[in-house]
Amino acid sequence: MSSPAAEAHAHAAEHPVEHMPTGLNTKKLIMWLFLASDCMFFGTLITTHLIYRKIYANLGVDPIEIFDIELTTASSFILLMSSLFMALAVSAIHKGNVKSFRWNLIGVIVFGGLFLAGQVYEFNHFVHYSGLTLESGTFGSTFYLMTGTHGVHVALGILWLLSWLIYSYTPRFNSAEHAIDVETAGLYWHFVDIVWIVIFTAVYLIEYV
Amino acid sequence: MKSETTFQSTTMAPPVESPVHEPPVDRPAGRPRSNIGLVRPDGRGFLVDWLTTVDHKKIGIMYFVFAMGFFLVGGIEALLIRAQLAVAENNLVSPQTYNQLFTMHGTTMIFLAVMPLSSAFFNLLIPLQIGARDVAFPRLNAFSLWTFVAGAVIINLSWFFQAAEALGWFGVAGGHTDMVPAVGWFGYAPLTMTEYSGIGTDFWIFGLQVLGIASIAAALNFIVTIINFRAPGMKMMRLPVFTWMTLITSLLIIFAFPPITVALGQVMFDRFFGTSFFNVEGGGQPILWQHLFWIFGHPEVYILILPAMGIISEILPTFSRKPLFGYSLVVFSGAVIGFLGFAVWSHHMFTTGLGKVATAAFSLLTMAIAVPTGVKIFNWIGTLWGGRIKFSVPMVLALGFIFMFMMGGFSGIMHSSAPADAQQQDSYFVVAHFHYVLIGGSILAILAGTYFWLPKFTGRMWYGSLGYWMSGLVLVGFNLTFFPMHFLGLIGMPRRTHSYLEGTGWQPLNIVCTIGAFLLAFGILLFLIDLIRTVRKGPPAGDDPWDGRTLEWSIPSPPPVYNFAKTPVVKARDALWADKHGSSRQKLGGVESGSHGIHMPSNSWMPLVASAGLLLVGVSMALKQAGVPFCGYLAIGGLVITTVGIYLWALEGPGGYHLHPRPNEGGARS
Repeated sequence: MSSPAAEAHAHAAEHPVEHMPTGLNTKKLIMWLFLASDCMFFGTLITTHLIYRKIYANLGVDPIEIFDIELTTASSFILLMSSLFMALAVSAIHKGNVKSFRWNLIGVIVFGGLFLAGQVYEFNHFVHYSGLTLESGTFGSTFYLMTGTHGVHVALGILWLLSWLIYSYTPRFNSAEHAIDVETAGLYWHFVDIVWIVIFTAVYLIEYV
Repeated sequence: MKSETTFQSTTMAPPVESPVHEPPVDRPAGRPRSNIGLVRPDGRGFLVDWLTTVDHKKIGIMYFVFAMGFFLVGGIEALLIRAQLAVAENNLVSPQTYNQLFTMHGTTMIFLAVMPLSSAFFNLLIPLQIGARDVAFPRLNAFSLWTFVAGAVIINLSWFFQAAEALGWFGVAGGHTDMVPAVGWFGYAPLTMTEYSGIGTDFWIFGLQVLGIASIAAALNFIVTIINFRAPGMKMMRLPVFTWMTLITSLLIIFAFPPITVALGQVMFDRFFGTSFFNVEGGGQPILWQHLFWIFGHPEVYILILPAMGIISEILPTFSRKPLFGYSLVVFSGAVIGFLGFAVWSHHMFTTGLGKVATAAFSLLTMAIAVPTGVKIFNWIGTLWGGRIKFSVPMVLALGFIFMFMMGGFSGIMHSSAPADAQQQDSYFVVAHFHYVLIGGSILAILAGTYFWLPKFTGRMWYGSLGYWMSGLVLVGFNLTFFPMHFLGLIGMPRRTHSYLEGTGWQPLNIVCTIGAFLLAFGILLFLIDLIRTVRKGPPAGDDPWDGRTLEWSIPSPPPVYNFAKTPVVKARDALWADKHGSSRQKLGGVESGSHGIHMPSNSWMPLVASAGLLLVGVSMALKQAGVPFCGYLAIGGLVITTVGIYLWALEGPGGYHLHPRPNEGGARS
């Protein structure tokens, strides 16, 4: 019903994200709100752990005995570095540099995967050598549910970014249009990373104080 | 006023949902295909259209219909409870069934009736009140609806398993015979352990978990919609109060639901994987459940009442023919109520021995909540004061709301005093209190809102005096049921007891309560009859039957599928009222949609698919606990369905087509 020229004009006028009353991008806004909600989620998990840790000074197991703090420090560093790659990937796609975007995204995925591998190794070690299982009292319960939930968040993040990596090879991919979506995924990734910093401090490091 | 001129260039904001934007096609252009080549379910038959719709108005209507259905189920459960308690030492239902009835009554009324009824109003009204084409994420909105239905079905499916158990078709070897949740709506630990309750608890856990996903998704959607999709000139302090209360309620939801999600996850781990979160043998502390539950549970109370306050704040000014008295104070009080709502959870736990300091602090904060609530009540009275009051069914119910809600507030203040609460805890006094705020508050407001907005969304006006009879019956029946419960509580009748002895002296008042309950039920029946007869043969309502104040009354009844033919440009608070009765500078402006028409998103199956996966997960996990084989694989299958649904959802894109509103178009087109 409308001419191609009018159609093109309409299409440009149709994405008034920058004209929103607040100037906020809708997708980024919903992600920020979700992360606010997720703060309460991890807050509850971490608090449950800390409360039980404080009530029971004498656990059946000594956390310092079973923790491998060198390994966890290394995997924490790896996760932090994945955030650096994420920031670089977002910067690259905003500049339209798809090649750099892909390599940095691969960096995030590999480093996130390394972190998860560390967690799998840690869980395996705890269960088979240290005897810390889901059933060994409150420490096992809160530790595994909290760190496991974080691990699931990392795994979902990897799945999300892997999807973007694959999508970037399809003809529909358009770096100008999708930069905001990658940035939104990046917000999630950074948040999950920050949560780990809290867990690493409040659950691991605090045992050595 | 200078910001308005800058908004002039803003066109209607289409929902920006997916990264890929298919070139929109003018309708009808054959069958729109999605990015992945699937045909979008646009313009199909009646059933497909409703199952795949992304239109906020249709989604709102479905929320209303489903929630009303569950409201009736919860009501029947309540009547069975009242019938059982009518006479002393009664044995109409077994103690086990009685426990299931009060658990399911509470769970159903809170999560499957009042919350989704509020959601129905959010969906129907928010985009219209802010002058938007739809919510920010229309498919996410459909996902919220179907996920709510999935959660409701999971919880209520338990009745069928109980029936199968009674018929001998289904059983749990060596397990408990209760297939229906029977742990109370707040499921206190350690009752929820496998030693003490059967698979009913699993239905309850997974049902609530799925409902939580629905609530959070909807809340995120509405916050973004209200913040980002306002029409030009619709500043925050020009928003209708109902929109404000929706915003605050949605914020409460996103912060209150995560703790219950974690707590339910912990119970689930205790039941399935032998953890000791609430298991005393392993060092777990049942009191932790109470804390986590009420950190959610108390804000939940405000999640139930703030939308009702918003509805009342729309109705009172309309029928007093005055602006709302103290608009900013009403908005600010709502925000304060929401904020303080997170700081009072322990008043549900005064008798658990928190210690003097904590008890005093929570007592004080609870009393503090009465202040913003009182501010609102005085502002409503101020709105009525000197107004040209017009009595109509919505107004009668709204006035009833003020009075009844205040009664509930008074007994609430009594509970806030810890020593008094120690006497009232777990007695019928508490039952009286929360029914006054939930029926006298939420339900009366929802009935009032239904009569107020029914003409807008059906295009038909209710008629005759049935509505007035209904209002009277509901108010009388409600007071007859719950007022005597104050006395029953004070003379010692505990809540959640299956029967009571002859010599307790509780018999006479219980008979009164039961008669009142049936009168109330009859009132609700009249409501449904009036609703149905209005929808079927009510006279045409016109666009603006009440001389309304907000933007939804500026468009045809029922609203066209695209809502506003021109994007309204708002010049004042109470935008439509100012347009009709204000100065010439306050006339509503309008931005044409341009030559390309209004962009509409395509329908989608994917929200339904994603929700169906969650339904499968919930039911299979509960049956896994019962020892039914292969249920673990079914649950994984459910997760796969949800994941596939989400991927296809992302890949198909919003699709869409363009509509050109005809001049003077009346009814909705679909």
